[in-house]
This record gives sequence, C-alpha cells and structure tokens, in this order.
Amino acid sequence: MTTQFREFQAHVRRQNGTAIVDLSGVLDSQAEAALEAAYAEATATPAERILLNFAEVDYINSTGIALIVVILAKARRTHLPLITAGLSAHYQEIFRITRLSDFMGIYPDESTALAAT
Amino acid sequence: MARIFKRRNKAQPQTDASLPAIAPAHIPLEAIRLDLDIAPTDPLLATLQNNHGVLDLDRINLDSPALEQMRQTGMSMVAPLFSQGELIGVINLGTRRSEQEYTGDDRKLLDDLTAQAAPAVRVAQLVQQQRLEARNRERMEQELKVARLIQQTLLPKALPELPGYAVAAYYQPARQVGGDFYDFHYYDDGRIGLVVGDVTDKGVPAALVMATTRTMLRAAAERLESPGAVLERVNDVLVEDIPPRMFVTCLYALLDPATGRFRFANAGHDLPYLRTADGVHELRATGMPLGLLPGMVYEEREVVLHSGDTVLFYSDGIAEAHSPSGEMFGFPRMHALMESHNAGSSLLQHALETLQAFTGPTWEQEDDVTLVSLECTLAAAAGETAGGAAPAGDDWQLLAELEVASVVGNERQAMDRVAQIVAGTWLAPDRIERLKTAVAEATMNAMEHGNRYHADIPVRISIRQSPDAISVRITDQGGGQFMAEAETPDLDAKLAGLQSSRGWGLFLIQNMVDELHVSSDDRHHTVELIMNRGEEKQ
Repeated sequence: MTTQFREFQAHVRRQNGTAIVDLSGVLDSQAEAALEAAYAEATATPAERILLNFAEVDYINSTGIALIVVILAKARRTHLPLITAGLSAHYQEIFRITRLSDFMGIYPDESTALAAT
Repeated sequence: MARIFKRRNKAQPQTDASLPAIAPAHIPLEAIRLDLDIAPTDPLLATLQNNHGVLDLDRINLDSPALEQMRQTGMSMVAPLFSQGELIGVINLGTRRSEQEYTGDDRKLLDDLTAQAAPAVRVAQLVQQQRLEARNRERMEQELKVARLIQQTLLPKALPELPGYAVAAYYQPARQVGGDFYDFHYYDDGRIGLVVGDVTDKGVPAALVMATTRTMLRAAAERLESPGAVLERVNDVLVEDIPPRMFVTCLYALLDPATGRFRFANAGHDLPYLRTADGVHELRATGMPLGLLPGMVYEEREVVLHSGDTVLFYSDGIAEAHSPSGEMFGFPRMHALMESHNAGSSLLQHALETLQAFTGPTWEQEDDVTLVSLECTLAAAAGETAGGAAPAGDDWQLLAELEVASVVGNERQAMDRVAQIVAGTWLAPDRIERLKTAVAEATMNAMEHGNRYHADIPVRISIRQSPDAISVRITDQGGGQFMAEAETPDLDAKLAGLQSSRGWGLFLIQNMVDELHVSSDDRHHTVELIMNRGEEKQ
C-alpha cells in the first residue's frame, strides 16, 4: 500500500475568463520550472482570474508552498485574482495555517470555484 | 599486462602499417585492437620495459610466446608506451605498404608519437578504470538497497500487545546488511511464538535466505506444537535448498501469556538471558544451526516467567561488537548488563547505551544488531492486587526503526512508511496526515542540513508508542547543529518580496505536531515529533 507519487505536471486550459491550471503529482522543488511555465502560459493571454486546480496533486511540501507564494506574489502584482480548487482537507488546513487562504479563495472543487464570483 | 595496438590500412590489410599522422588523408584507417596479454613471465616484457624506443621485432632474439604471436600476425616493429616509468602499452606496426624498410624519419616520428600518445592512453585507461569502479560501486549500493528492503519489509510492523507482558524490539542493520531477523507468531489460543535468527553471510543472499527461513518457520509453526519440532521441520526443508556454506542460527520460543510458561528450542543461536529475582541465567538448549545437516534433533526446555522476570534475545552483532582497541564486547558484558539493568527502565535502551559506551562514538557497526526483550508484568503471578496501578517508568514500545538514504525526494518514502506504521494505532486519520507532513519536513531537514544529501548517510527514524502518545524520532548525522528557533514566516513580507518565499519547513512541523523536541550530541541531531492521545477528538 505504498503511495504512488507522480511526477509534477501543470497544464493550462481556459473556461470563459478563467485560466485553469491543472496541477498533478508532487509539488516540491522539482516542480518549479513547470509551475512557472504554466503560470506564464496562463497569463500570456489576458485572463480575469487564475484557478489553480490541486485535485490531482499527491503531495505538497514546504518548498511547494514557497512556489505557490511566488505565483501568488506575481498575480498580486498584476492585480490578477488567484483561486484554488481540489485541495484536500489537510492541505486546506495548511493553506489556513500559512495564511495563504487569506489571499486566495479556497473552493472544494472546480465547478464550485468557477461558479463563485 | 600490456595491450597491443596495431594500425592497419582498411583497404589493404597487412601490407602497410602507417601511423595516422603520416597516413595519406584519403586512405581510411581503422584501428584494430589485439587483446594480446603478455604473460608476466614472458621475457619480451623485460625487453620492452628496458627499451624506451622503437624495436624491430626481427632483431629481438627471445624465446617468447608473445613475440611469436606478434610475428605471426604480421607485425614488424614495436614502440613501448611509458607513463611515469610504467609500461602501459605498445604501438605495433606491420610492414610498410611499399614493402620498403621504415626510414629514420619514420622511426623519429614514431618516437615522437609514442611520447605524446602515452599520457593520452594512460588517461583513457584511468577513465575506463574509474568507470568500472563507479559501476561496481553503484551495483553494490543497489544490492544493499535491495537487501535492506527485503529485511525491512519482512520484519514485524508492530509489536505484540500481550496483557501482562511488555515486548520491545530493536533492529539496526549494518551498512553491509547482515541476515538478522525476528518475528512473532500469533496462535488462536493466545499463545505467541517469538523468533530471533541470524543468517550467515551478508547482503542480498543473506536477505533471501532470511526471507525463506522466516516463511518456513511460519508454515511449520502453523502445523506443529513444539518449538523443537518447528526447528526440526525447518532444518529438514532448508538443508535441501540453502546455498553452500550458509546456515541459519535461530531461537524459537513459545509463550503462554496466561500461565507464564515459556518453552524454547535453539538452533545454534546465542543463548538468551533470563533475569529473575534470583539473578541472571542463560536459557540453554542444544541444537545445530539450521541448514547444515539433515535429521537434526532440537532439545526443548521450559521455564515459567513470573512478574518482574525479563528475557533478552539478541544477535551476535552486539556480543561480537568491538571497542576501538579491538576488544570484543563478549558474553560476560552481556551478562553484566542484564544484572545492572534497573527494573522499570528500558532494558533495550540500557543495552544500547552500554554497547555505545563500549564501542565509542566512532564505531562502524560490523554486523546487524537485533534485540528483543520480553518482560513479565503479570500482576497475579506476583500476588499483586488485580487492576493495580498503571505501569510505572518505561511504557514506550518501539513500533519500528527505519532508515532512508539522504536522496532528494526520499522524505516521501519516510512519510509513507511512518504513516503505514501508525495506521494501526489510535491516531486519527486527519492527525496521521499532520504527522506525515511533519515527518516529511523533518526528514528533508535531516537529509539536507544534517547529512548534506550524502546518499550513503541515512536518516534514521524510530517510531514509539506509549499509552498516551506516539513519538517519531528523526536522526541525522549532523551532530551539534541546533535547529534555529522558527520565527513565524511573514506572508505579507514574502508577497511584497521583502522576505524569501521559502522558510516554511520548521513552521509547518511546529504547527502539525503536539510537541517538538530537538536534541544533539557531537555526532547526531534528533528531532522528536510527539502526537498526544489527549489531543484526539473524542
């Protein structure tokens, strides 16, 4: 019953004005380049907001949190709202403890996040 | 050993031998390498070693098999290659394509070429040697990993919970991974079988024999009642299949917790010690190691355990440990440590501290060390009132000891394995998630700051349980480095670019667990994570 940890991937798709970044696998230091590339792709075309979809993320460590901080800082500099979906209860708690949830809307799943205004 | 290199023209083999520097540009050249080993006793070797110049083969008059072979393959001239005075190879030439003699200029050119080629050939030889060595090292590391994995997978994931008894176990593999194992067999009527064994040899072969023996013991114990009969059966099956020069020492004991009856048989394993109110005794029963000879009979003995009695099983990794001056720990010290142990404290802790004091801090563990202790705390047996006070002193049980190599990403392995072990405890699923994050972060710190990501320096993790708490200790080998006090990361400052985006590790650990303790000695740095039962939601 060993957990399978998958390599990090990030893919961008768009729905109406939202750029959805689907994240999957392990969000740690190895994810930096792929995450930054995905954010660049998401913001290359004007978007009203960015949705980080964590539904397929297996594991986030402290370096992964730092990478989210970097993305959040970039978004805030351009006044681009950043929201999240699909975080497990445990990682939602970590986002609360780190206060990331003060700056990013946390929604249980993608459809709830997209329905929110 | 010298190797012969010959160059020949691809289109006209054997008729001309030109060095690349003097070959016409349009003629394609192909190097052929003749793996001709000159025997150390061949007189040609001495001739080559004593001549730092070009030699004509037909002017050498020696009774030399190598020389004969070289002439037969059409070679006519040889130029030894020297590096720092050592003969490292030769350049060999056939006859000229024109069938004329080599000129003085040809020889001069060959001399110059030899002087320049020698260091290059030497470098190439060294690179090749290093590659081979690296490949060998990698293969051995891989084998060690496999051996560790087999052993750790097959060791019990949890200790028996027996009313009236405290069982503790310690297992620390040597770097070369010996074949130690221990196991517990549970019977429907409440009896329990205890096994401690040691396979001769190390690495993967020992691990495989250990795995086989463990399975055979389990199968035999299912069908047979007595420890002696179990060992007889396993010996007869194992002796057919065990590789030559390997055998297994093994102690098998059957405890009836209700009565304290402790029946045991021994296949050549180190004798367990029993400490009673009367003193320390060896539990002796005779028998040959498993897998040596067929048809062996194993003596069976029985004692009755009373409250306060303690049995210690161990492997030779402790008894045969050496001090820095080369002295062996030995059985008298084993006996003495049983006598000096204070009831109410951990016997295993006492044994390990005694061992550490003897071997000193620089000890490189020679063999696996396995310790299993069984303490009888039966109230009725000692005439104490039923339902007496909670056990005092040492009520921590070791659940498991793990090791992870200091390799990026291995914190996930550590967290996963700890999660598997604590899954069988009272710790609630959401709090297991918290512990996982704390274990991962603490293991990352240990791998990075303590062991500096040296793959061969492992992070050691021990998981203990008491009635009130679960403790995970994570130890690296960066002794003396106290972890800085965590300051609460300032997210506003980080978002404004005034503070690094990083620095969340210790903050996360502190927020995930109920208690965090940090300790260091001159060699190790340990972070202890505690989850208290009192914090569980009712």
